[in-house]
Amino acid sequence: MTKRIVKTLLAATVLSMGFAAAANAKTLVYCSEGSPEGFDPALYTAGTTFDASSKPIYSGLVQFEPGTTNVVPDLAESWEVSDDGLEYTFKLRPGVKFHSTDYFTPTRDLNADDVIFSFERQMDSENAYNAYVEGASWEYFNGMSMPDLIESIEKVDDMTVKFVLSRPEAPFVANLGMDFASIFSKEYADQLAEAGNESDLNQKPIGTGPFQFVAYQPDAVIRYKAHPDYYAGKQAIDDLVFAITTDASVRQQKLMAGECHVMPYPNPADVESLKSADGVEVMQQEGLNVGYLAYNTQQAPFDKPEVRKALNMAINKQAILDAVFQGAGQAAKNPIPPTMWSYDDTIEDDPYDPEAAKKMLEEAGVSDLSMKVWAMPVQRPYNPNARRMAELIQEDFAKIGVDVEIVSYEWGEYLERSKATDRDGAVLLGWTGDNGDPDNFLAVLLGCDAVGGSNRAQWCNDEFNDLVMKAKSGEQEERAALYKQAQEVFKREAPWATIAHSVVFMPMRDNVEGYVMDPLGGHNFEGVDIAE
Amino acid sequence: MLRFFLYRVALLIPTFIGVSIVAFAFIRLLPGDPIMLLAGERGMSAERYQELQAVYGFDRPYLVQYFDYAWGILQGDFGQSIVTKRPVLEEFFTLFPATIELSLCAIILAVGIGIPAGVLAAVKRGSWLDQTIMGAALTGYSMPIFWWGLLLIIFFSGTLGWTPVSGRISLLYYFEPVTGFMLIDSLLSGQAGAFKSAVSHLILPTVVLATIPLAVIARQTRSAMLEVLGEDYVRTARSKGLAPRRVIGLHALRNALIPVVTTIGLQVGVLLAGAILTETIFSWPGIGKWMVDSVFKRDYAVVQGGLLLIASLIMIVNLLVDVLYGLINPRIRK
Repeated sequence: MTKRIVKTLLAATVLSMGFAAAANAKTLVYCSEGSPEGFDPALYTAGTTFDASSKPIYSGLVQFEPGTTNVVPDLAESWEVSDDGLEYTFKLRPGVKFHSTDYFTPTRDLNADDVIFSFERQMDSENAYNAYVEGASWEYFNGMSMPDLIESIEKVDDMTVKFVLSRPEAPFVANLGMDFASIFSKEYADQLAEAGNESDLNQKPIGTGPFQFVAYQPDAVIRYKAHPDYYAGKQAIDDLVFAITTDASVRQQKLMAGECHVMPYPNPADVESLKSADGVEVMQQEGLNVGYLAYNTQQAPFDKPEVRKALNMAINKQAILDAVFQGAGQAAKNPIPPTMWSYDDTIEDDPYDPEAAKKMLEEAGVSDLSMKVWAMPVQRPYNPNARRMAELIQEDFAKIGVDVEIVSYEWGEYLERSKATDRDGAVLLGWTGDNGDPDNFLAVLLGCDAVGGSNRAQWCNDEFNDLVMKAKSGEQEERAALYKQAQEVFKREAPWATIAHSVVFMPMRDNVEGYVMDPLGGHNFEGVDIAE
Repeated sequence: MLRFFLYRVALLIPTFIGVSIVAFAFIRLLPGDPIMLLAGERGMSAERYQELQAVYGFDRPYLVQYFDYAWGILQGDFGQSIVTKRPVLEEFFTLFPATIELSLCAIILAVGIGIPAGVLAAVKRGSWLDQTIMGAALTGYSMPIFWWGLLLIIFFSGTLGWTPVSGRISLLYYFEPVTGFMLIDSLLSGQAGAFKSAVSHLILPTVVLATIPLAVIARQTRSAMLEVLGEDYVRTARSKGLAPRRVIGLHALRNALIPVVTTIGLQVGVLLAGAILTETIFSWPGIGKWMVDSVFKRDYAVVQGGLLLIASLIMIVNLLVDVLYGLINPRIRK
């Protein structure tokens, strides 16, 4: 009897010290950087929200092969594209199970109705879920021009879905790998609608992904457990926990104290100390982004390529990488990042040469130039400190006799004002890729259609634009060749000064196995294990 | 006393209206547009922008928007967060207990140490003890909270490993919140060690949040005590031969406490302001952090609703302090 009590007491002590849970179930703790806005990824645009919703909970028709931007099957086993490039027919994977939780028990497997529902709710204003929460704006669906692109979605049979497009658009398949294209359960949505609880779709998610939702305590903890019937097999870890920790220094302390296994976004200045910390490893990869300075190519004298080129040669990128990125950056020579297919590594960057730059300006007949440089008021991965960057550029330009005035506006205002074609001066901005397709950079940021919008250089070059438009259809190989030519035109014409791609660091405990960094910037725990 | 109380309550109404106007105007005066922020770098077309403005009702005149908002509040509807799409009141009450729990612990610590320290400093005026306490109080008062919090984490959690780094309870414990107060919920859960874990998570944030109020209370107590100790009735009490402990505890302290109670009441505002930073450092899921995030996202409904709720809270606490004050000091009631 006494023995028993001692045993019980011992067990209780061990439990209170937290070892018991580790022995029973494998729990991976991720110190995430912020709270998700909700759990319906199609409603939002923030990576933090995707990490907590689409990544663990949902699957799409296609996905990006881990560690790359290549599109591979997910819920669709295969697909066919019609010869005119207008019809995409997807064959669904049979036997895919939705999550079974205390708030929903599925009675059937995934079928075409689920796929159609997942898109129709975003495109059809008549759909009961089109406005199921106030201000549901389907930002990504609209932002990727899906309403213009998708003419119709048809159910061919229970396991086959056909998308009919209004024009050929090769990046379309990559779009379907994005977070907004997550596949929802129509059965669950119908059940919620019947009970009048539509908004639960955004609070109590049901998907087909590797982890199923357990609970969310706002601003504190999100809990998931492995989906036992995940089509690709149950995960090695039993529980996945997001411990929301907004401050980077605190995340670092938690990681070093063993309170979490993985943390995103360390302070660049702390990376070295993390690398040398006991039991911690740091993975790194170039981010799928680019930070740039966009001249207004419709404004004299920036309408002359030689003037833009001269200014580019005056910028000391290395100094910017050291001071602004503190080592977490890589000099950019092309408008697309090096992890993206079709990146042309043969292109030579403009040398840093103030003397030559000065001479080029003189030859172009430009003297006593004074200009504005716009500095963003916010931190972004592609530009952690725009003010500092602008100051460095100001110093660099002063050396070739160009006088710079730095201006800044509140973020929303900044984005809006910088779109104007009669805008004064060059704008610091950047872009993070959505779907890993070069089109997502080259057409969106530099195409003629985007002038007055996301083309902050207001640059419309027919040669470049024709190449990019032509590359909207065809096989990846042909497309890549066109994009390489486009990068050459870009380099020659220099509508931007390409400044840097960020380098992303992922510190984690050294017993974490199988984590693969996502070039698209997401954080995905499928296939991750913890060594005993 | 009842008339005094009713008078104070009546005064709350115009204050409440004033606060609602300020809260409504404040977030709209800030540059930035919540709808543009929703879209991010991608931006949106002018038509789509108009459409969304209409969805949120931002295209109406400010006066109409305000009255609509005020009408909602009268019916208990504080609107819906633009970001999370959840009702503001629901979000507030989910997060509020965490802030209250932390603030209560901090104020108990601040009062429990601040008043005795102040009394001690006053009684031993000019001694090394007085110098030390007042020196510490001045340091505490000027402490940058963010830096102080990180320092404590690095030392106690990182180097010594005595306390957890952040959060409210170890992630090993999982139970549905009942009251929202982790200390109570952890006891109710019946899970072994949960309560201990909750307490250990409270220590550092409590110390950080209590630092400034503690310093203020100690300084206020000392100066009030010094004033009272020089009064005639204290001298009389002493000359009657009362024990020094009785003179200080009964005659001096009770009178010295009046301004201290006011100070403590005023610390509620300081606590909530401090909670913003403390909660951010310690990943404490309270309303401080919630408000900061919402200001950055220009989440109009949350900012104006949150400000109004917090201001109401401060007003109510001040009302209670006034009433308490009236109880301690009958002269105030007139």
